[in-house]
Parts: sequence; structure tokens; C-alpha cells
Amino acid sequence: MAKVLVKGNEAIAQAAINAGCRCYFGYPITPQSEIGEYMGKHLPPMGRVFITAESELASVNMLIGAGTTGTKAMTSSSSCGIALMQEAFSAMCCAQVPGVIVSVMRGGPGLGNIAPAQGDYFQALKGGGNGDYKIIVLSPSTVQEAIDLTYRAFHLALKYRNPVMLLADGVLGQMMEPAEFGEYPYKDPDVTQWALDGADNREPRNIVSLHMPEGEMEMLTNKIFEKYEQIAKNETTYEDYLLSDAKLVLTAFGSVARVAKAAVKKARDNGMKVGLFRPVTLFPFPDKDLHETAVKTDMILDVELNKGQMLLDVRSAVFGACPVEFYGRPAGGLLTPDMIYKKITELYSKLENTEAGVK
Amino acid sequence: MNGDLSVIISGFGGQGALFAGILLCHAAVVEGKHTTWFPSYGAEMRGGAVNCCVNISDYDVPSPIIDKADVVIALNDASQEKFESKVKSGGFMIINSSLSHLQTKRTDINYIKIPLNELAQKLIQPAFVNVIALGAFLEKTKILKIESVKQVMKEMAKTVSAKKAALLPNNLECIDFGASIISQRMVTV
Amino acid sequence: METLVYKRPESLLKDGHFTFCPGCGHGVVLRIIAELIDEFNLQKDTIAISSVGCSIFLEKFFNLDVAGASHGRSPCVATGVKRCKPDKFVFTYQGDGDAATIGFNETIHTACRGEHITTIMINNTNFGMTVGQASATTLVGQVTTTTPAGRKAELTGYPLHAAEIVSKCDGTAYAARVAITSTKNIIQAKKAIKKAFEAQVKGLGYGFVEVLAACPTNWHMSPVESVEHIDKVIEQVHPLGVFKDITAQENE
Repeated sequence: MAKVLVKGNEAIAQAAINAGCRCYFGYPITPQSEIGEYMGKHLPPMGRVFITAESELASVNMLIGAGTTGTKAMTSSSSCGIALMQEAFSAMCCAQVPGVIVSVMRGGPGLGNIAPAQGDYFQALKGGGNGDYKIIVLSPSTVQEAIDLTYRAFHLALKYRNPVMLLADGVLGQMMEPAEFGEYPYKDPDVTQWALDGADNREPRNIVSLHMPEGEMEMLTNKIFEKYEQIAKNETTYEDYLLSDAKLVLTAFGSVARVAKAAVKKARDNGMKVGLFRPVTLFPFPDKDLHETAVKTDMILDVELNKGQMLLDVRSAVFGACPVEFYGRPAGGLLTPDMIYKKITELYSKLENTEAGVK
Repeated sequence: MNGDLSVIISGFGGQGALFAGILLCHAAVVEGKHTTWFPSYGAEMRGGAVNCCVNISDYDVPSPIIDKADVVIALNDASQEKFESKVKSGGFMIINSSLSHLQTKRTDINYIKIPLNELAQKLIQPAFVNVIALGAFLEKTKILKIESVKQVMKEMAKTVSAKKAALLPNNLECIDFGASIISQRMVTV
Repeated sequence: METLVYKRPESLLKDGHFTFCPGCGHGVVLRIIAELIDEFNLQKDTIAISSVGCSIFLEKFFNLDVAGASHGRSPCVATGVKRCKPDKFVFTYQGDGDAATIGFNETIHTACRGEHITTIMINNTNFGMTVGQASATTLVGQVTTTTPAGRKAELTGYPLHAAEIVSKCDGTAYAARVAITSTKNIIQAKKAIKKAFEAQVKGLGYGFVEVLAACPTNWHMSPVESVEHIDKVIEQVHPLGVFKDITAQENE
């Protein structure tokens, strides 16, 4: 299959269709409205379901309905819209309902603006929903990866009966670049053992999130956390870019990681040993791999389009193995390769001076 | 030019700055090159300032966001003002002198002033300033073949409404005319 | 020889038993629903959607598949289920706090979309499970734990008339308000719910039945007083009636 020029948002939508997404429920919000528009155009002629819901609350609860029947379904939104869905994410984790959520981050807090940002890392990973729960979060950095991770999101949702979020940002959603769709590469698990389709010749089933008897909720939560451990063991993914000899390692996710990559490239061209550690799965976070990287390097520079959110997970993974610096811009301010490069040279010269001092 | 180029195309909404970038990107794919297109627009549907940044390269393009571009195409005065400082030293800027009478400020870059709107009047109507500018840009940089863009236009005409498809001859004439502005030295280059 | 005239519906669990307060209306309505699912022979094809409130524990009573929903969102969950399984029978069971207060937006939009689902809304004019706070359907003057001096219109406005509003939506096939205060009323209520089920089975649109039900515990009345209170007071504000019925036109 040849590469085609495609916009990030539309690539996600087409990949969802290829993955077998039967239903899309959404509510318009910039900068991800193209996903809903694309689905509105393509799903109904295929005999699949498209609903513009009355709110994000409604769309995510329709997603739950579809999920309880074991049907592949998706919703998408951005920042303030995702905020409205948090209660449902918690409920989905508890009741073990699969579903795919695409979050295309914009500037915040509040209504913020429609510029690209990464201020919703906490929202995705540390959740606004209640209780102990985790949603799987995948972070694409290129349009190609947006396609590949959309496929993976649908598969993981069914494999683990858990919500999966594709966490993109306005840069990735709005940009175009050549990419290849290929075929949906996964074999999905059988859902007939748990899905609701009427109690025909079997005991009735229920998929609910209220468990009042003493100890029942604790037992269930422990069981679900065992599942999260399996997810961490099986699914953790990150990109290693020139890490082996790096004295300074950048950590970044999503579209910012590729801007950081350009800066790392420039630093390498200028003789600096710099590398990039890019988490592809944000939950599960590649903490063991990052710790091993931190042990071997002199310093980590975390770069994000926010005031320092993934930074907390980076610090926790590094656990004092090396110093961790932060560089970021919040609320729609973009970082350019030169801005990151300047920060790299500043820190790198500090490292060299320290080394010279020690010697 | 070598096989690695960045260009910012800027104008007010409706001038087709974003579309010119998309044409360019598609043509890059036709020629098997790596490319990215990244837009920026105001909240308005029409009339606001819009621009896009296009990278074309023989290699993987890491960042769709750039600090400075090899070329800036400014379709109006506001675009000239906003992006004059964003041209790399040694690069050039195409200015639509029909809509911008601003003084140029730099000596380390070249300026190509083209009265796009006036020249467009001479062509079959409607004619498109964005496509004329694109023709001039391609003739000047040789980064991609004009033929590749024409191929893209012809492919696109097959998938759009009949009303838009009927404008294919106009688009083809505009891109050729844009190139001839440079090749026949109709303006100071 | 004995003749069995009264048996447990197949759609109720054999070992299940209702856990509601004495005089509560939920048990009667749940039984009506179970009898009708049996009558329509839908037991193997039904997915029930529970809600939040005293209406929540459907899986403890029904011999049916049950999906839970967050407060007010069961019409959305039902929409998702029905759109994926259009040949299944899907209904939501909600209270006035759920369907008419926190979730009325969802109720209205589900009706406007004409979803082929059925909603049974128990209206006992208060939040029962959380011990009797005022809801959207609470009567002016009604004493609740949040309106100890009685609901004052000038402070909290007027009761919401759910069935009447739902009946105005183009996608609604059937909308009615019934009571279960007498044998006659219970027979009427069953007829109404049957009509609402029919609307779904025939693919006509959204069916909505609001059932006035007693909440003796929170009303601080005896079961008998509660029934009289519905007939004499609540029905003055929330009158019984069929507000829309396109199944009737279909039958003509």
C-alpha cells in the first residue's frame, strides 16, 4: 500500500474504521472536529453507527453502552470535553468496559485556547475520575504512529477490557504528512464470554460499577490492579533515539518529542552526545527502562508543552539516579527546535564544566 | 537548492495559503519525498490570518514546527510584517505587491515582489493568486517539478465537486503563468 | 385439584427478593416489567439498563442481562447498547432524580433522536436512596430533607412534568403517566408499559412511562396514607394520562 498525504485527525478516524470501529459517538470541539466529520461522512454509508451526542457526558456513556456489548466503538474530544468524561472512565475501569477515547489536547486551563498543548497529561494519566483506576494511554508522535497506535488502542481495549486513550495534541491532529494505513494487524479476543446480548441459554450477566457488600470492592480493585501489572509487563513501549552514549537525555512525548528530536539531531551535528527517550505508552510508563537510562547518563532534560506534568513520572522513574531539569511552555505556546537546542547547549556546557572541575 | 527546504505560506483567510501548501505537500509525495504541513489559523472561519509551514526533504522530517524558513510567501501586507523576520539568512521572500506596500527591512535575504492580484486579471477568470505564487516559488527553487503539482491538481479534480473540477484549466494556467513570471523575468528576481 | 393462578415471572430471579421499604412502589413496577417481558417472550433478548438511586439493583431481581449506568446516563448507555444490538430489547429503569433531574437532558435528547428504547421512570417526588432530598419533580410545599419548610416556588421554582415534556419530542412514540395506587390503576399502568414496550418492538420510537409511586419512608407516612397522598395530592400536580401514543394510530 502506498503512502498517502493525510491529516492527523483524519488518519486517526480512518484507522479506527479500518480497525473495525462500529460506532462513533462524539460532540464537536476544536482541534479535533475533523474526526467526527470524517466519521459522520464515512460510517453511515457502511451501515455503522454515528451519533452527535448532546454532550461529552452522553457520548462517553454511549461508548459504555457499546462496550458492554463487546462492540468496538470510539469517542473523541479535546481538553474541556475530556474533562466531562472522567466519571465514565472511572466507571469503565471498574466495570471493565472496553472503549477507545481520542484526546486531542488544546490550550488550558478553562476554555483556554485552540492552540496545541500538552496540559492534559495529568488529566489522562492521573485522572479526574474517582477511585483507584488506570486507563491505558498511548502517545503518537507522527501521523504514521497515530494510525498504528489507533489500531493498537482498539486491540488493547478488548484484550484488557479497559478504556484506552490515544493522547494526541493539536499539532498532530492538524498537521499533514505521508503515511501508510496497511491492514489492522491484530487478532482480537472473543467477547462472547462476557458481553451482554440477552441471557439466551445461559445465566444472566451484569456489567455494573456498584459493589456494596463488604470487601467486594476491595477484592475487585485488587484483581483489576493485577491486570494493570500484566499490562505494564506486556505493553510498555518507548523509543530510544541515540541513547547509548548520551550524556544528556531528553524526555518528551507526542508531537513535542519530534521537535526535540530535531534539536537532538542538531546537537549531535555539533558534537554533543545527546539522546531522546520517548515514552510511547504513558500508562504503562516505561519507568524501569527510563531508570536504567538515567543510571547511565549524566542528566535528563524533560521537555513538555505544559508546566511540568510527565516530569513527575520522569522524576519518579529516575529516582535520583541523575539530575532532572525541565523546560516547557504552557497554554498553547509552541516550542521550536532552536529553543530546545539552546536549552541543550546551556545544560551541556554546564555538564562539561562540572566534569572539567572534577578532573 | 538542495533536497531540503522549508516554506511558510501566509495570507488572509480565503486567499488559499493553506491550500497552496497542501498542493505542495501532495506533489512532494508524488516525487517520493518526505514532507510535513502544519497550519495555523485564527478562530474566524473567513478573513482571519492563516499560514502554513511546509517542509520538503529527502530525509525524515522530525519537526513540523520550524524556527526559520528558507522561503516565505506573503500574500498580503500583514503576512509580510509577521514573517519577514522568519526567513533564514540567504533565503528569499515572495511578496504580493498588489496588497503590500510595506518597505522591506532586511539586506541578508532576497525579495521577489510580484503584483499577484493585478497579474491574475490577465488570466482566464477566476484566477488564483496562491497558485500563481506557487508556480513562481517552484520555478525559483526547483525543489519539485511543476508537472508533479499539475498531476496532483488533475488527481484532485477527480474527487471534488463538478463545480470545483471545472476550475482545473484555470489552476493549470495559473501555475504555468506563475513559473513564467520568474523564467521570463517579468519581475526583478 | 389446585389451579395455579399466580406464578413468579421467568424474568425475575428465582432466588431474588425485593429489598425495598414497606409500601414502596418499586416492587410492583419491577414485577409488571418482568410479567410483560415474559408476555412478549423477550427474556432471552433483553438488556436492562439500571440507573442510580433505589432503581439501581436490577441484577439482584431480574433474570436478565443488566448494564449499569452513572447517575442520569442510562438513556445514553441504552442508546449505545441498542445501536450495537438493534434486534435486542433494551429498557432503562430510572427514578425522578435520575431521569428528570440530573439526566433530563439525556432523556429529552434520547426522545428527540427517537431511539428504539423504553424508559420506565419511577416518580416518587424525591431522592429516595439518599433519604429524601427535593428533586426536580418535588411538589411546591412538599417537605423534604432539603426543603424542611416545604418547597418554595420563589426559591426553587416549580416541579418538572417529565411525561408531558417528553411527549412533545418528535421521536417519542408513547408517553404516559400512570399510578399504582389501586388494582384498577395497576392494570392501567401495565397497559401503558405494554404500549411503551410495543413501541420499541414495532420500531416506532421512544417509549416513556412515568409511574407515580409511594415513598412512605421519606414521606413520613404509612403505606396507606402514601397511596392516598398520591391520589389526592400528587395527581393534582402530576396528572395521570396518555400524552402521546402513535401505537394507537398504527393500530387504526
